[in-house]
Amino acid sequence: MPDPTTSTLLGIPGFVFLWALTATAFALFGWRVYRILRALARGRAEPRWDRLLSRVWNVVVNVAGQRRMFDNPGVGLAHLVIFWAFLFYAASFAWNLLRGLLPFLPVPYADAFVWVTVPMVLLSAATLVALAGAAIRRYAVRPPRLAQSRDAGLILALISLLVVTYLAGQGAKAGVGGLSSSSADSVYVAMWWVHMVTVLAFLAYLPYSKHLHLLASPFNVFTASFDPGGMPAPSEGAAHLPEFTWRQLFNGLSCAECGRCDRSCPAFATNQVLSPQDLIHDVKLMVLGAASGRDGNGSLIDAVGAQAVWACTTCMACMARCPVFNEHIPLIVQMRRQLIGQGEVGTGVQDMLMGMTRYGNSFGQSPRNRPKWTRDLEFEVKDARQEPVEYLWYVGDYASFDPRVQAVTRAAARIFQRAGLDFGILYDSEQNAGNDVRRLGEEGLFEMLRDKNLASLESAKFEAIVTTDPHTYHALKREYGLNGKVRHYTEVIDGLISSSRLPVSPNGGGRVTYHDPCYLGRYNGVYEAPRRVLGGLGLDVVEMARNRSFAYCCGAGGGRIWMEDAAAGGERPAESRVREAAGLQGVGTMVVACPKDLVMFSDALKTTGLEGTFEVRDIAELVEEAMGATQRSGI
Amino acid sequence: MAGNVWIVAEQWKGAVSDATYELLALGRGLADSLGVRLEAVLLGHGARGLAESLGPADAVLYVDHPTLADATGLQASRAVAALAATRQPRAILVPSTNVSWDLLGLLPARLGVPLINFCREVQVVDGALQVRSLLYGGKMTVTVAAGAGPVVLAILPGTVTAAARGVAPAAVDDVSVDLPDDPGVRLIEYEEPEAGDVDITQQDVLVAVGRGISSESNLEVAEDLATALGGAVCGSRPVIDQGWLPLGRQVGKSGVTVKPRLYVAAGISGAPEHLEGMKDAELIIAVNTDAGAPIFSVAHYGIVDDATDVLEAMAAAVRKRKG
Amino acid sequence: MRILVLMKMVPDIVEELEVAGDGTSLDREYLRFIVNERDDYALEQALLLKDRLQATVTVVAPAAPEVDDILNTALAKGVDRVIRVSGIPATSGARATASALAATLPGIPGALPADLVLSGCQAIDDLDGFTAPILATALGLPYLGLVSRITVDPGAGKAIVGKEYPAGVTGRFEVVLPAFLGVQGCEKPPRYVPVAKVRAAMASGRIEEVAAVSGPSVPPLDVTAMGKPQETGHAEMLGGSVRDVAERVADILAARGLL
Repeated sequence: MPDPTTSTLLGIPGFVFLWALTATAFALFGWRVYRILRALARGRAEPRWDRLLSRVWNVVVNVAGQRRMFDNPGVGLAHLVIFWAFLFYAASFAWNLLRGLLPFLPVPYADAFVWVTVPMVLLSAATLVALAGAAIRRYAVRPPRLAQSRDAGLILALISLLVVTYLAGQGAKAGVGGLSSSSADSVYVAMWWVHMVTVLAFLAYLPYSKHLHLLASPFNVFTASFDPGGMPAPSEGAAHLPEFTWRQLFNGLSCAECGRCDRSCPAFATNQVLSPQDLIHDVKLMVLGAASGRDGNGSLIDAVGAQAVWACTTCMACMARCPVFNEHIPLIVQMRRQLIGQGEVGTGVQDMLMGMTRYGNSFGQSPRNRPKWTRDLEFEVKDARQEPVEYLWYVGDYASFDPRVQAVTRAAARIFQRAGLDFGILYDSEQNAGNDVRRLGEEGLFEMLRDKNLASLESAKFEAIVTTDPHTYHALKREYGLNGKVRHYTEVIDGLISSSRLPVSPNGGGRVTYHDPCYLGRYNGVYEAPRRVLGGLGLDVVEMARNRSFAYCCGAGGGRIWMEDAAAGGERPAESRVREAAGLQGVGTMVVACPKDLVMFSDALKTTGLEGTFEVRDIAELVEEAMGATQRSGI
Repeated sequence: MAGNVWIVAEQWKGAVSDATYELLALGRGLADSLGVRLEAVLLGHGARGLAESLGPADAVLYVDHPTLADATGLQASRAVAALAATRQPRAILVPSTNVSWDLLGLLPARLGVPLINFCREVQVVDGALQVRSLLYGGKMTVTVAAGAGPVVLAILPGTVTAAARGVAPAAVDDVSVDLPDDPGVRLIEYEEPEAGDVDITQQDVLVAVGRGISSESNLEVAEDLATALGGAVCGSRPVIDQGWLPLGRQVGKSGVTVKPRLYVAAGISGAPEHLEGMKDAELIIAVNTDAGAPIFSVAHYGIVDDATDVLEAMAAAVRKRKG
Repeated sequence: MRILVLMKMVPDIVEELEVAGDGTSLDREYLRFIVNERDDYALEQALLLKDRLQATVTVVAPAAPEVDDILNTALAKGVDRVIRVSGIPATSGARATASALAATLPGIPGALPADLVLSGCQAIDDLDGFTAPILATALGLPYLGLVSRITVDPGAGKAIVGKEYPAGVTGRFEVVLPAFLGVQGCEKPPRYVPVAKVRAAMASGRIEEVAAVSGPSVPPLDVTAMGKPQETGHAEMLGGSVRDVAERVADILAARGLL
């Protein structure tokens, strides 16, 4: 086969053209990338360089292995093939480019070697199939929220062109099609040039297209947070580009516009006011706009809309699904901090925050009312401020103040008592742990609560903390630095049952389903302990389709439980969830392990008309019943 | 002349208010117990005719002045204080209402005497006035011994049964005082609340909402129950302050007084200002999560539970019952 | 334009109130103090006027438990000066407080004369008078209370004021400045200011302290007893689940011919 770069056109050797095209493409590419990096550099610092080996491993699993793409195995396989083909093609291209630019190098072109061409051809064939599948998915199946841009179509076309030209060139070289020798040569050279020019054009185009994610996403994964539920460093919030960190801005560049975040978002499902994908897209526009030299003073809050900023429940489904490890929630919280700083909050949230600041609870009640739920117990609960205890029970606001939940709290107390657990509470010294306050953007109030609570904990003597509230669990465990000491009551009950300290007699079994609370499951990975408890009660746990890390949020988190219901016309997340649960064959009970879930789903049973035919119970109530001789507590 | 019991007649929209007749009844009893006269102070311009119905008073002291038409509390307090300075009444009873609010504040200040506020009960004990007042939003009651000197008493509406209208007083005295022609505060106009909305004083059934319904979106639950019962929704002050309901739907001191056949009070704690406006309803059913809420002392039936939940259930039960 | 806002602390009735051993006053053990709600609206009015005109706002409050929170919150909201007046006992009553303030204010540089003085027109602990009109009278300023809307024309030295009457009626008044307005409400509820800003104000230490000057002595009212109100009646309480309760109510309504 002739050397494509020594052949001449108009008397000029090919490699001259190649140099010219390469220089142009690299210059365009380099200039654009430089402008983008400059824009990113205007953002604030955020160190993501610790634990380098773990970071490398993350890249191996999630970039090389494309793990999150396999949530849909067919799609995952297709994308893996296309991705690896791309890597091979890139390598082959680099080789060919080098050789083409420097014809005096004593190195043949890549396709001189069988151990290159055979894998490449096989991979190319597989890629064509994968591309066909991708095209069918994009244009025939049309998954909702998969951004249908001209860019996306162009990319599919370009990749296909690359594969086709490669195969055609190799085919000509191999004598496929019965061409004459000189025709085969011409085809081979032509295909080579079309291929190389296409790649160079792609390279120049890449930093202007959604395929920027090719460059950005491996780096996004490398710099991904090891604490995905964690909050941004304390700040006054952000609305303009320089107020965000470079990593928050980088999210925009890494987005492949796949729509997984939108498809899993409960706020989006309700009324489309908040689209996590559009949020990231707006970040991308902000960064690319700055890179293009356009005014970098735009406000992301204006672009997204304050209503959307408040619509987030912080359930983290978006971040758990995102294949490029984008971090949506820090963006939301940064914008909320800004809005709070300007006093732009709705009255419901404002009233709650003012009551919280003054009384340390979200109900606006005197702190002296907090322990009143204990009055209907048959025994005294120890005061952990006065005497040492093994387990300090951090009860939580809803569990203490909401009349519907107090019955469940008493059930938990009786369980602990029956198991002989040495436990106590902080009585009226307990204050809200501040999880939702922080996610609303009131960082100052969170710090105030945390300081007070840490002081109360400091002066108490205990071995471990148990809590009935997943929001409290998350805050104490991850944001108060108490990590190893904090347990959810399902974890404790699991231990009590399995060590036979809590005798339970399963009564007749039955089929139930279990809802994973966001802050227990997705945020902290506690999925199995509650299921073991239910199993230990002789119950058959039937899973909903959206279970474990795919569980669907009840809609109360992120402060939403105190906000106006924006669902006019749409289906509230809690309603969607109870319908999902009620749709399971032979299941009449959804079991919850979070006070807010209990409240939200109980309301949803009424608004969906399922009250009477389906019930929501807390796991503590079921355990108490299995302890024998207890009355069912009505909600 | 000194030591008499006075009431200040309150006028609103050209007529003597109901509260005035309560004062006359109360004042009559006090004056009789003390063995002194009851005199009614009436201010206005060309309003002498109103004096004819202030019957229980031994005399009406009528002050006529151009600036006393639609008198502000500022000007009224100057007039009454000038009269009181010379005549030294023992006690001046004023209604504790929006209309007389400024007078209540300014009159004792001008006279340099105390006010006894939020009076729920006034009695004569051993020849002296003893007052029981409600303090701290109605959460505490205090007993005050009034002493001999002049004192102004702010009487809460509903303290006694009103005297009958239309009885003529024994005498009407025209008295004059020096008043500045420019009071410093000038009425431009009265603005009525938006018309075209429901008149809640004419409803047989009212579903009243307070802070306890938690959010504006829960109003629809109250609307639903009101519709099911053929009534209307109204609210307490905090709900109006938040803008969830228009001003015309406010029940209470700053709003209207209602006497429907049924009043459902949902998420209303029962502050005195609200109770004033609804305590005479025929049937009061109250829902509140706080078992100690003052509303339960005027309600006929009480439910300790979440207001929105109960309203919703009530609407369903009512619909089912009606078929 | 100069605006003076007077604020005070009152007992917080979210907490259970108890009577002290002397039988005539509140037990202080668990007593907390909260800003008088109407004063909060007065502050919001002042801030709105400051936003719209070029006004300076000074807040003065008698020293009392938790008053520093209020003063720092006012600073965080944007007022120019906050002044705490020490030496007026919390049990003083409206007349004594007003008398002390009337004697003290003239001596605070820059406080008076003010074009507009704002304060809440009522408080839950005002037994022997309302502080605002007493103080207005002592300062010789015209007074209008139950104000819920204020527009100021500084050039003409006048304010147009909306005053609340029964049944939702509003009276529009023209008031010549300087004047003292007793505030009941505001066109917007009091604004939110984040805890971080209040803490920053605390750290800046900008509260000025002034000792009260004694005015003419004011004898307190003779309170002979304090107690929880006796209920003249009580509702019949309906218990059980929400469904049960609703059924009972339907029974009651049916029996009365209301269905």
